Amino acid sequence: MFEIKNLKASLADEDKQILKGMDLTIGDGEVHAIMGPNGSGKSTMSYVASGKPGYVVDEGEVLLDGVNLLELDPAERAAAGLFLAFQYPVEIPGVGNMTFLRTAVNAQRKARGEEELNAAEFLKLVREKAKSLKIDADMLKRPVNVGFSGGEKKRNEILQMAMLEPKMCILDETDSGLDVDAMKLVSEGVNALRDGKRSFLVITHYQRLLDHIKPDVVHIMADGRIIKTGGPELALEVEHNGYADLLNEVA
Amino acid sequence: MALTQPKSDAAEVLLAAYPAPLEQGQWADTARKAALARFRAEGAPGRRDEYWKFTNPSLLTAGEVAPAGLLDTDEAPVFEATDKLLLVFVDGVFIPELSGDLALEGVRIEHLSEATAKDIHWAKDVYGVLEADGQNPVPRPLAALNTAVATEGFLFHVTGKVSKPVCIRYVRDAEDADAVVHHVVKLDEGADITILENGPAAARFNHVLEVDVADGASFHHVRAQGRDHKRMAATHLFARLGRESSFKSFTLTVNGQLTRNECVISFNGDDAHATVAGASAGDGGDYHQDDTVFVTHDALNCESRQVFKKVLRNGATGVFQGKILVKEDAQKTDGYQVSHGLLLDDDCNFLAKPELEIYADDVACSHGSTCGGLDETAMFYLVSRGVPEIEAQDMLILAFLDDAIQEIEDESIAEDLRGRMKDWMERHRGQ
Repeated sequence: MFEIKNLKASLADEDKQILKGMDLTIGDGEVHAIMGPNGSGKSTMSYVASGKPGYVVDEGEVLLDGVNLLELDPAERAAAGLFLAFQYPVEIPGVGNMTFLRTAVNAQRKARGEEELNAAEFLKLVREKAKSLKIDADMLKRPVNVGFSGGEKKRNEILQMAMLEPKMCILDETDSGLDVDAMKLVSEGVNALRDGKRSFLVITHYQRLLDHIKPDVVHIMADGRIIKTGGPELALEVEHNGYADLLNEVA
Repeated sequence: MALTQPKSDAAEVLLAAYPAPLEQGQWADTARKAALARFRAEGAPGRRDEYWKFTNPSLLTAGEVAPAGLLDTDEAPVFEATDKLLLVFVDGVFIPELSGDLALEGVRIEHLSEATAKDIHWAKDVYGVLEADGQNPVPRPLAALNTAVATEGFLFHVTGKVSKPVCIRYVRDAEDADAVVHHVVKLDEGADITILENGPAAARFNHVLEVDVADGASFHHVRAQGRDHKRMAATHLFARLGRESSFKSFTLTVNGQLTRNECVISFNGDDAHATVAGASAGDGGDYHQDDTVFVTHDALNCESRQVFKKVLRNGATGVFQGKILVKEDAQKTDGYQVSHGLLLDDDCNFLAKPELEIYADDVACSHGSTCGGLDETAMFYLVSRGVPEIEAQDMLILAFLDDAIQEIEDESIAEDLRGRMKDWMERHRGQ
């Protein structure tokens, strides 16, 4: 269970609160979506939850199976089972994709007291997962995300997710910059990870992604909090009417 | 221009630190006398010289050498795993008993003292000659001094493709050794050799390597300068490149209180290539490392690359002075130069002077010099995947250095040096 309780957070450099008392509960195996106008705090929520520097938590908790993630450093949060798929995956020249993945997988296993994978086991696993995401051997050999197309970067995010097997995945605008085929491929990758236990929070501007990754619950976020919660039909409503009606309703 | 008295006086003080080589009545006497005259005319380098603006030469010009503690380590020497001919110097003196058999196919190897006793020797046209050519337009007095007083070193006449690398290992024994070593490599047309050098050499080390690369020949050079903390070194690498020749040199510098590596490359034939690269890592306020490079393009369609990366922490200083001079007729020159400093805290210094001086009108030259901290976005990406912060930092530092290490052609040697850097980072963490 992933819970955000009365989360208030500000930018460290400016005296500006972005999250103003956000509440959210995602049960095991559920898929939730968050939509909302630009600047409503969707990405900030994902950064605060995963521990990106530059934010100050003023109040509240982010719990994963009862553990307050805000008290852990970012690597520990990952080991605890949180995964953030980046809107803009970072290019890291000089760090091999495979080296990075293996270090991450084994660091997490070690942190959890599990046995580390040896080179052969790791290679077998990564090849198998990469194949289903149509990631070829060449992409695995290259430095992390360097020279990858937009679609390749997002597929690489999903590959990492598949290898790390987190409990809770936040997908921050994973659909941005993807063509129709790439979106389908990425969505299939995500759906393959749905096992009734793993939870997902999908941040998106467009209903289209939700045709592929079908949410159980849709939230509308505005001005740092959730203002409305409903079923998949809420996303369709936003697609047709925009946010104006919803915002007026709350005001 | 008359020298200032202090520069002359300092030259004499430094000169008095080294025994004058015995006169043997042969070619070497002439070469040494000419070098001595050059050194005296130039004087010792001083703090007010523009070329020494970022590096204080006083430790290199002092009449006496302060003792430098010997590093106590049971680590295997660099290049240990490489199949090679090993030549061992202890405190700058060649020790045949510790070295391999000098007979190696494709190269004739002679000790300097042997060659200087002969009346006719090919080295006459190279020893001190490339060094003398490299004195213009910038004086390099420590190199002239080296030519004048060196009695240790090897002459390599490379006639073909040498089957395995020659590895010169410099071991220390005395804490206050002041060593002068001068090697000369002459490659005939189409010849090919790899020279490896490793080790701290001495408390103070004055090193010259002259390399004459004939048409179509290839020279590879990889060096690791040892990690004794108080050691000092002034090294000069002079290269003259013929048509379609290739020259590649890489230097790894870790620790050492003062290291100045100068590299002077001159393209004399068309269509040649030269790469000079270096990775440097220093921890603490008494680490000062300086790469000074001067590349002269005086031929058509030649390519030169300079790639330097320095990781600095806890007050360490890194210096880069790199120049590409493209003469009027050196059309189609491709000159590339990058120098980057990675500062792991606010106390470090990276001082860079990139220079391009171009007189030809059809050339492609680029340069870039940056310094900054670790990329925070990349750091967060790594830690958000569960890589602990320390490991993420190591990965990014190694990645930063790898741009330079990648310039080494032999992958197993590059991998050896990557391992050394990883070990170094594990030893140098925190304050």
